[in-house]
Amino acid sequence: MNTNTQISAADREAVTAAEVTTIIGLEVHVQLQTKSKLFCGCSTLFGQEPNTQTCPVCTGMPGSLPVLNKQALKLSIKTGLALNCEIAKHTKWDRKNYFYPDLPKGYQISQLDQPICGVGYLDISDSDGAFEPKRVEIERAHLEEDAGKSSHDESGRGGKSKIDLNRTGTPLLEIVTRPDMRSAAEAKAFLQSLKMILTYIEVSDCNMQEGSLRCDGNINLHINVGGQKIATPIVEIKNMNSFRAAERALDYEVKRQLAEWKETGGTIEGAPKRTFGWDDQAEVTIAQREKEEAADYRYFPDPDLIAVVTTDEQIDAIREEIGTLPSRLRNDLVREHQLSEYDANVLVNQGRGVVDYFLSVAKTCDNSKLAINWVNQEVLRHLNETNSAIDQYPIGSDGMGDLLKRITDGDLDQTRGKDVLSAMMEDSIDAAAAIEKLGIRQVDSSELDSLCQQLLDANPKVVAQVQEGKVKALGALVGQARKINPNVNPGTLQANLRKMLGVDG
Amino acid sequence: MASSIECLLSLVNQNKMEISKLSASQIVSHIAAGELTATDCTQHFLNEIERKDPTLNSYLHVAKESAIETAQQIDARRSAGESLGALAGLPVAVKDGICTKGIRTTAASKMLENFVPPFDATIVQKLTDADAIVIGKTNLDEFAMGSSTENSAFGATKNPWNTDCVPGGSSGGSAACVGADLAPVSIGSDTGGSIRQPAAFCGVTGLKPTYGRVSRFGLIAFASSLDQIGPFTRTAQDAALTMNVIGGHCERDSTSAREDLPDFSSKLDQSLSGVRIGICKEHFESGLPDDIRKSMDESISVLKSLGATTVEISLPHSKYGIAAYYVIASSEASGNLARYDGVRYTMRFEADNLNKMYGLTRTEGFGDEVRRRIMLGTYALSSGYYDAYYVKASKVRRLIKNDYTKAFESCDVILGPTAPSTAFKFGEHTTDPLTMYLADIFTVTANLAGLPGISIPCGFSDGMPIGLQLQGKSFDEATLLQIAHQFQQQTDWHSRRPQA
Ligand SMILES: [Zn+2]
Repeated sequence: MNTNTQISAADREAVTAAEVTTIIGLEVHVQLQTKSKLFCGCSTLFGQEPNTQTCPVCTGMPGSLPVLNKQALKLSIKTGLALNCEIAKHTKWDRKNYFYPDLPKGYQISQLDQPICGVGYLDISDSDGAFEPKRVEIERAHLEEDAGKSSHDESGRGGKSKIDLNRTGTPLLEIVTRPDMRSAAEAKAFLQSLKMILTYIEVSDCNMQEGSLRCDGNINLHINVGGQKIATPIVEIKNMNSFRAAERALDYEVKRQLAEWKETGGTIEGAPKRTFGWDDQAEVTIAQREKEEAADYRYFPDPDLIAVVTTDEQIDAIREEIGTLPSRLRNDLVREHQLSEYDANVLVNQGRGVVDYFLSVAKTCDNSKLAINWVNQEVLRHLNETNSAIDQYPIGSDGMGDLLKRITDGDLDQTRGKDVLSAMMEDSIDAAAAIEKLGIRQVDSSELDSLCQQLLDANPKVVAQVQEGKVKALGALVGQARKINPNVNPGTLQANLRKMLGVDG
Repeated sequence: MASSIECLLSLVNQNKMEISKLSASQIVSHIAAGELTATDCTQHFLNEIERKDPTLNSYLHVAKESAIETAQQIDARRSAGESLGALAGLPVAVKDGICTKGIRTTAASKMLENFVPPFDATIVQKLTDADAIVIGKTNLDEFAMGSSTENSAFGATKNPWNTDCVPGGSSGGSAACVGADLAPVSIGSDTGGSIRQPAAFCGVTGLKPTYGRVSRFGLIAFASSLDQIGPFTRTAQDAALTMNVIGGHCERDSTSAREDLPDFSSKLDQSLSGVRIGICKEHFESGLPDDIRKSMDESISVLKSLGATTVEISLPHSKYGIAAYYVIASSEASGNLARYDGVRYTMRFEADNLNKMYGLTRTEGFGDEVRRRIMLGTYALSSGYYDAYYVKASKVRRLIKNDYTKAFESCDVILGPTAPSTAFKFGEHTTDPLTMYLADIFTVTANLAGLPGISIPCGFSDGMPIGLQLQGKSFDEATLLQIAHQFQQQTDWHSRRPQA
C-alpha cells in the first residue's frame, strides 16, 4: 500500500461508498456438544448451580492432570470435514499463558501451530440476491478449553467478584476465516450457513444465548482515493451476541471507520489492532480499554498431554457419519422430490429433523407434493404456534405418511383428511382409528346414485343451468351433498352428477 | 516378677532393634507370617520419628492416628484370615509434593500451607490398595526446586550422617527418613536428580524410573516432562518390591506409558555375567574428588568380579545438560505454578486490586528459588527469546537423547558417580545458585532423555556416603535393580547406619 502521499481532508471528504471496500474476517467459537468437558469427566450441562460441575482437573488443583476427551476431537474433525478443511494427522496441545481469576490453571490448553483442522471453505449465497454467491475460506479451526465465568460488581461500590467454573474446560472449536467477506450481510450469511451446518452434523446446538456460539469480527476498509489504495486500521469487534447484532455491529463499524478516516486520515500503518465491543442497546461499537502492552501468551507445548495422531481410517469413519449437508440436501429436494426452491429452502432451514420427517412422509405416501403441502401447512404451522421442535410433534412421520397415503389413494379427500388429523392429535390415535371414530367410510355406487338423484330432484335450477352448459354450477351441490353424507368425495360426486346429466367429458 | 518384666522389656527392646535392621521385604514377610504386627511395626517407626526427627526435620507431617488406625485394621484383617496386599503393614513415607487425600499437602511452600487435597495421587492409592501404611509426609525443597532441601518453607532437613550437612534435594526428607531408619520405604520425585542425589547424600538406595513408568497423577508438578516418582529404600530388593506396586499405566495421566509392567524382582538373582557396563568418560573428567573416583574404581572391580564387563562410552552433549535442563524445567514450571494465584486453594494476600493481589500473593507465597525459576522460565518463553532458549534447549535435549541411544548400542547400563561431591554443608551453595545447580550435573541428563537411573551407596568420604549411579535403557529398570542387588550382595555400604 502506498502511503507516500498524504490524502487531503477535502479528498477524503469527497470519497463515496463506491470507492470503499469492506474487509471482514470472523472468529467463531463453537461449543461442542460433548457430555463431558475437554480434559475431565465433568458434565457440560448449561444452567446448573455455580461451581457444581467441577473437579480437581478443571479447577486446576495441584497434582491434577488433563486427559483428552476423544469425543471432542471427533466432533472437531467432523466439523472440519463439513467445512472442507484439511484434517491434521498429527496435532498437539499448547499452553496459552495468562492470569485471570476465571482461568484456574493460569493457562488455557489450546492449539497454536498444529490445529486439528487446516484450510477449508464454506460457500454462501443469499436467496434475495443481496450479494453474489461466494466462497469464504476457512483458515483453520482449533480445539481449546473454555474459561470460567466472572461476574463483577458493576455498582462501583466495590462488591465482591464471583467466579463460576462450571464452564471451565468445556470444549470450544475456534473457527477462523480469511478476510473474505465484503459486507455485514455476507458475514451474517456466513454465520447462518455455519450454524446450519453445525446443527445438521450435530456437533453443537449453536445456542447463542447460552454462549454455545460466540463470534468476533475483524474489520477494516480499503478505500480507493486519489489513485491510491488506503486501508483503515483493523478493529476487532467483540460481544456480537446474535446474528442480527453481528450484522448491525459490522454495518455500524463500516460507517464509523469511514467517518473516522475522513476526520483523521488514520491508516493501518503503525496502528495497532484495536478492540471494540458492540452495545446492542445503544447500537454502537465502543472502544475497549487498551492494554498497556501487547499480550505475550508465551505459548509452549503442553507437557502434560501427548500429541494426537489421527489415521485416514478414523477420518473416513467420521466422514461416513456426516450425512447430507444442507446445500446438497436443498438440491436433492428440488431434483428428486420436485420441490420448489422456496419449499426446499424452508424445509432445510427447519433443520434435519423436519427434512427427515418430510422424506419419510413423502416415501410412505409416495406423493412429494402432498407431503410438502401438509408438512408446510399442518406440521410447521403447529410447530410455530406451539414453539416446539419436530420431535415433539404428536404425529410421527409413519402416522402422517399413512394418512396422506389414504388421501393419495382417494380414500379420503383433503378436507376430511384434516378432520382425521385433528382426531388423531386429539385422541392420540392412528388414522384408521380416527376414520373409524369419525364414521368415515367409502360411499358405494348405489348410495352415490341415490344421493345424486336426491340432489338433482331438489335443485331443478342447477340442473337447468348445467343443461344450458354451465357445468360449473354443479359445484354448488357439493356442500349440500356433504351435509347429507359427509363421506362423499367431492370429485366422485361431481363426476357422477355429470354422468347422470349426460354432460360427461 | 521383676525378672519377668526385665525379660519382657529386653524382648521389646530386642524387637525394636530388630525392626530397625529389617528391610522392607523382611518387614512385609514377617507381618505376613504373623511374626510382627503392623501396629507394632508402625508404632516403632512413630517412636523413632518422635525421638529423632525433631533434630532431622525429615517429616513435615506425621500421620500418627491414621497410620495406627490403618495398621490395626490390617492386623484385624490378617487375624480374620483375609488376604492382604503385597505391602501389607509396611509403613511408607511420602514426599509432601504428592497429594494425599485428607492429609495436608504443602509442597513445602507457604503458598499451599493449608492445602488438603480431596484426592489421592495414583501412587498413594496403589500403596494403600497394597495395604501399605502412609506414615507421614516428608520435607522437600519448595515445589521440588532445589538440591539441598534448604528451600523448604518449613525449615531444612538435616543429613542423618552429619547434621551440619544437607540431605540433598529436592526429596531430602524422603532420603533422610530412610537413612535415619524413620521409615523403611519412602516415596520421592526426581526432576533433575531429586531422588538419586539425596539418596547418594544419605546413603540409601533411590530409583528414578523411566519417564511414564509411574503415574504422575497427584504429583504437584514442577516440570511435567521431567518429573518422575520413585522409591527410596535400604536395598535394591526393596526398590523392586515397591516398584511392583507403584508402577504401571494410569488412565489419569496421559503421559503414563502403556508398557507392560514386569516383575521387577524376577531378575534380581541373575548373574551379571555378560552384562556390559558403560563408563562415561565425561563423568570422570577433572574436578571429581579423589574419594569418589576411588569408590567408583572399587565398585567397578566388584561388578567385574561378578562377571560384568566394562566399555568406555561418551555422552558428548551432556555438558549442555544443566543449561538445557534449567531452561526446560523452569519454562514448564512457570506455567505449572501459574495456578498459585491467590484465587482458589492457595494463600491470598489481600489487596485493593487484582494485579496487586496477584503480585503480593506470589511474592509472599513463594520462596526465592521458586520465584527465580518462575522468572527464568517466563523469560525463556517470552516472545523474542523463545527460539533462543526454549527451542534451543529442546534441541539439546534431543541430542542428549541421541547420545544415550548411541551409547546403549555398546552397553546395557552406564555407571558413574551420582553427584560430583558428597553432602555439602548448609549454606555452602545458597549464595550462588549456579554452584548449587551443578550438584545435578550427573543426574539431569537421564531426566532429559526420560531414562531410568538408580543411586546406591558405594563408599564414604570423611564419614559421608558416596552414591554410585547406574543409568539404564528405557523401561529397563529391572537390569538396574539386578546390578544394584548383585552389588549389594557383595558389599555392605547399604547396611551401614549413621550413629543414632
Ligand atoms: Zn472437571
